[in-house]
Amino acid sequence: MDKKKSFLVILSETRFLHILLSIILGFVVGAFFLVIMGLSVGDAYGRLLSSVTSVKGFSYVVVYAIPYIVTGLSVAFSFKTGVFNIGAEGQFVMGSMAAAVVGILLGDLPKFVLIPLCFLAAMAVGALWGIIVALLKTKRGINEVLSMIMFNWIAFYLSNFIAGIPAIHSDGTAEATKNISANASTLLSKDFISQYKLCPTANWGILVAIVLTVVVWLIIDKTTLGYRLKAVGFNKSAAEYGGINVNRSILTALAISGALAGLGGALQLMGMGSRISVFSSQEGFGFAGIVVALMGCSNPFGVLAAGLFYGALIYGGSKLNLVGAPTQLVNVIVGTVVLFIAISVIFERIKYIQPRGRRKAAAVQEGKEESK
Amino acid sequence: MKKILALVLALCMVFALCACGAKTEAPAAEAPAAEAPAAEAPAAEAPAAEAPAKVRIGMVTDVGGVNDKSFNQTSWEGLQALDPEVFEVNYLESKTDADYQTNINTFIDEEYDLIICVGYMLADATREAAEANPEQLFAIIDDASIDLPNVACLMFAQEQASYLVGLVAGAVTESKTVGYVQGMVSDSMNLFGIGYISGVLESCPEATVLQYNANNFGDIAGGSTAAKDMITKGADVIYHAAGGTGIGVINACDEEGIWAIGVDTDQSTLAPEHVLTSAMKRVDVASQDIAKAVAEGNFTAGIHMYDLSNGGVDLAPTRDHIPADVLETVEAAKAAIIAGEKSVPTSVEDCPAFTLS
Repeated sequence: MDKKKSFLVILSETRFLHILLSIILGFVVGAFFLVIMGLSVGDAYGRLLSSVTSVKGFSYVVVYAIPYIVTGLSVAFSFKTGVFNIGAEGQFVMGSMAAAVVGILLGDLPKFVLIPLCFLAAMAVGALWGIIVALLKTKRGINEVLSMIMFNWIAFYLSNFIAGIPAIHSDGTAEATKNISANASTLLSKDFISQYKLCPTANWGILVAIVLTVVVWLIIDKTTLGYRLKAVGFNKSAAEYGGINVNRSILTALAISGALAGLGGALQLMGMGSRISVFSSQEGFGFAGIVVALMGCSNPFGVLAAGLFYGALIYGGSKLNLVGAPTQLVNVIVGTVVLFIAISVIFERIKYIQPRGRRKAAAVQEGKEESK
Repeated sequence: MKKILALVLALCMVFALCACGAKTEAPAAEAPAAEAPAAEAPAAEAPAAEAPAKVRIGMVTDVGGVNDKSFNQTSWEGLQALDPEVFEVNYLESKTDADYQTNINTFIDEEYDLIICVGYMLADATREAAEANPEQLFAIIDDASIDLPNVACLMFAQEQASYLVGLVAGAVTESKTVGYVQGMVSDSMNLFGIGYISGVLESCPEATVLQYNANNFGDIAGGSTAAKDMITKGADVIYHAAGGTGIGVINACDEEGIWAIGVDTDQSTLAPEHVLTSAMKRVDVASQDIAKAVAEGNFTAGIHMYDLSNGGVDLAPTRDHIPADVLETVEAAKAAIIAGEKSVPTSVEDCPAFTLS
């Protein structure tokens, strides 16, 4: 009994039930819209489910989930440390461009040198993109949300500019970079893919994503660095009073967060895209990271699960057209889920603003339960 | 509270069970399950027994999406207009550059009869898929670089359409100055400019053509700035071949009250008062043709050229702003090109006034 209760306590502490309920409600609202449109709910959701449950389908889900997991970790890390990294989009773009430049120009290096080099380049550039914003915040007091949104656009146009440089630009007619060297690719071997009937873009990036999940968990929960960053996240003034250098913490937090997002860009490029097109609109991997971090409660392992869920929705959702349902249904579901998760936070607050008498009664009640 | 908890847990378990159930069945039953609805649907609806399997056409958009008011949309509208008794048409939207391959593979897995890839951005993904699946038929719009026995390249004589709008521009301009904004310098894009400038100079030999390469297909603000710059230099008609950048060109012309000329589709809806005409490519016709060819079993690979003679390019149907005598000249020129009495230059050497290359 005791064990069971503690399990439930853990569930409620991680807000697992809120999330689960939000997800179910998301699907209910999605179904509601399907009915309004006169479409079959069974067809649409059946298609969503069947496209992700085969071996090939699931391998697609994993491949699609990789960038979402990593940008989700990046945003979750920033949430934990009290800054809101809305700039993961730009860091992602810069990271993937850095990996592309290294992967194209140094394509002759052997695989085991080139791949780490691409990762490092992406992390460095992503971190740099975070540090610039952090410096603007700590030295000049500029709100990080504003400067990050602007830096997203700087990254967007800078990436388009770099894609247009003759040494990088595709030799063919495509408005994109050259393909990165095969030595920089994280794709699994063709034989392995056909043997297990995986999707053609199956790659081992997911292993990196899992390692990153553990690393982020270790940093946040098991190191002094994580403790410092979290303290600043909880209460800046208290942390400063406690002798923590707040500005340095913000700088570190955004650098790590940026490096993560940048690495996410590299993983997406080296596993799936193998080239970067000239963007006409933001691709939204970084913004999706915010959704994933919210769904994962900013817990690294929650983010891992949420990333897979999001990947499944995006991949399964792309096929909804085949049964006549609009792809945008997925956006409705995701939007509703995020909305309900946000609402659940409000309900938690409401608990604390009960009228006085009842609060006292509740306190007494709680005391009794505890004494049991 | 506990009741809600129990309910949620119960729901969770049911959901998990459903998921597990589907998963264990999936590998064995997947393929037939996917085909069954398609095969059974016509039989159930039309008991006339002999109802042959429908020809299934899949379209993959580029990142513009299916409602891009341009290529993807036109092509999809063309496919939708096909006889639903014979064709089953579907599209998949690509959100990012990496989605092309996935979407093409989805249609391959679903065993569609023809996959239409809209736009040259899909060329690499199409080539790769076509090489890996030699039995699968493909068509790609606006790309002539794929030379495979299972790929049809649908190309448009853009210089002919541009030439016609050039004739109109040259006849309409009062300041003897016209503008031209191009999205990118490449052999196929240059054809727009070469055709246009040849047309302008033919109907107004003393005209000046201001030319600008935006080097971008998505920069609305840049297009607007370029157009305003041309307007201050005296241009009173501006043609664009620059995709999204061109939207900015049309906006600027609309604001300043001069003529804009659209491209690819009938763009008069963007600024009904100030879009003079558009150089139209009938992507819808091309998509329908290749779909019908597959249905009749006479798909041919290689380059399919759409030009004036087969109605593949033309002036847009909205012609209210073009003076009647100009329209007559244009029709005469069109007839002459179709009859082969006249040809539109296709190289920079034949049109020295084109300075962007």
